[in-house]
Amino acid sequence: MNSDAILDIKNLRVIYQTDLETVEAINGIDLKINKGKTLGLVGETGAGKTTTALSIMRLLPERTGKIVSGEIHFAGQELLKMPLMEMRKVRGDQIAMVFQDPMTSLNPVMTVGEQIAEAINLHNADLSKAETEKRVENALLMVGILPSRKNEYPHQFSGGMKQRVVIAMAIVCEPGLLIADEPTTALDVTIQAQVLMMIRELRDRLGTSMLMITHDLGIVAKICDEVAVMYAGEIIEAGTVFDIFTSKRRHPYTQGLFDSIPSLSSRASRLQPIQGLMPDPSNLPKGCYFAPRCKHCMEICTKEHPKKVTEGTHTLLCHLYSDSATVQKPGGED
Amino acid sequence: MRELRGDLMENAISQTDSATADKIVFKKQSQAKEVWRMYKKNKGAMIGLVLFSFILVMLAGANFIVPYSAATKGVFSQINQAPSAAHIFGTDSYGRDVFARVLYGGRTSLLVAILATMSSCVIGSTLGAISGYFGGKVDGIIMRSLDIFMSIPDILFTMAVVFALGANFQNLLIALTLAYFTNYVRLVRSQVLTLSEQDYVEAAKAGGSGSTRIILSHILPNAMGVIIVNTTLNVAKIILYESTLSFLGLGMPPPAPEWGLMLAEAREFMRAAPHLLFFPTMAIVVAASSINLIGDGLRDALDPQLKS
Repeated sequence: MNSDAILDIKNLRVIYQTDLETVEAINGIDLKINKGKTLGLVGETGAGKTTTALSIMRLLPERTGKIVSGEIHFAGQELLKMPLMEMRKVRGDQIAMVFQDPMTSLNPVMTVGEQIAEAINLHNADLSKAETEKRVENALLMVGILPSRKNEYPHQFSGGMKQRVVIAMAIVCEPGLLIADEPTTALDVTIQAQVLMMIRELRDRLGTSMLMITHDLGIVAKICDEVAVMYAGEIIEAGTVFDIFTSKRRHPYTQGLFDSIPSLSSRASRLQPIQGLMPDPSNLPKGCYFAPRCKHCMEICTKEHPKKVTEGTHTLLCHLYSDSATVQKPGGED
Repeated sequence: MRELRGDLMENAISQTDSATADKIVFKKQSQAKEVWRMYKKNKGAMIGLVLFSFILVMLAGANFIVPYSAATKGVFSQINQAPSAAHIFGTDSYGRDVFARVLYGGRTSLLVAILATMSSCVIGSTLGAISGYFGGKVDGIIMRSLDIFMSIPDILFTMAVVFALGANFQNLLIALTLAYFTNYVRLVRSQVLTLSEQDYVEAAKAGGSGSTRIILSHILPNAMGVIIVNTTLNVAKIILYESTLSFLGLGMPPPAPEWGLMLAEAREFMRAAPHLLFFPTMAIVVAASSINLIGDGLRDALDPQLKS
């Protein structure tokens, strides 16, 4: 059954270690992305989404970030055991990444054409200059930028255009997996929609699998096939988009995320945000990490860490669903 | 699979309006041309360039410009003459033509200054980039060795080197390089430290670039402005430093003409023949400031963000 999976992460643990403290950034996550599918990784700031992405690329900060345990399989290779030189061939060619802020992720002293050409030449050293230029132009066309602008510098582009260039750089080698780390956060809403549509179109055209990191459930609904919700370095709920959006059996945290979205159809004077803050990752609570903020917190929640509950494609990490004695379901409230 | 996707890429072109695609005119403007276009706009920089070119022409054509050699001595009546039609910069205490000595001396002075600056820039920048980019132990070793270099006063250090190796062109170059490369290490290291935190460096890593490529094509070009300005300032500084050394008798050995040496010799006759001091000083000032102006202009021209 794993033959379909392009990316398969098993029991990944990552810590950031300094002299003063050990931050447990990722605490044993399992993730799987099938060929051609898109997984949305959702969660609030500091949940470990970007750390997950950096772990896949093996780009964690060298001095502090450490992968304690786990396996990351990508297209039949184990990335964590790969020599660095091999890993460099994977980066950009087979797994590409789009960063959050297009304003800073382009080199200000190189023209956009040169930067795309560099991405091509890194992995295709034998390509002639003319061929490279042709591919640069194609890539720009694919993201909707006139090829004549390839000799311009990043500051001559608007934010949305810059993100298009960044995406062009990422897809130009036709990677098997595209990691998009909040690609639209730095853009305004109308441009967000354009860029998202473009990403979706390119993904479908190239058949690329995608890991979409976001905290916007709207984006998830638009683009993703599957969703994983992260909280304090754990995946507390995962499933297909259908599972997450329609199921009545939701993790209280996921429910909280949904309650934080303003709705057009219902009349509510206030949103219902999740109270409290994420626990200090250098000092996580003993039981369920969400227990201190949970409306449905039970005695067991503060003592024992919940185990995974699986129903078909839907996985939950919550004591509410760990046995048949059903408590009031949080999903029933709205 | 790959070929298939390649086809899809090709199709991207045909999908957009082919009529517009035909009309696309590629702006083929080379980097050098672009830089020159920006450089021309800067008046100060152009003045600097004109002055510096003028100096270079004068120095190169010295043989045709002055009828005297730098070493032609005159009879007693010809010493310390004020500027006249025969000797436009006057004569020195040996009756030698000052104009000729300024021109021939400029050759050595400028050559030493430019070569020493270039070598200290290359050595210093390389070390600084390695130190800043890799950090950790490498950084520690490089920076601590540098501290040893820097704990000895520059002038003492250079004097020791020249004294040990002997005063000639080549050793002067070595001494000046050793005295100045430390500046570049610190300068470039601090630049690299900030620049390597930039997102585009992270993005380049994620794209599979190796350390060498990241340093050469992403970090150093972004530090270029600072390096160039510092380099041009350094040429000026080294001309002065060289003069100091000559003044102390550790530069080019006399009777070789050299600006600093001329100043040293002029010191004794400061009151009787101030022109001996004036002309070499003017030469140093003009050369140094024209190089500084060029540096300023280059920095602006090389920074694409300032282009309009």
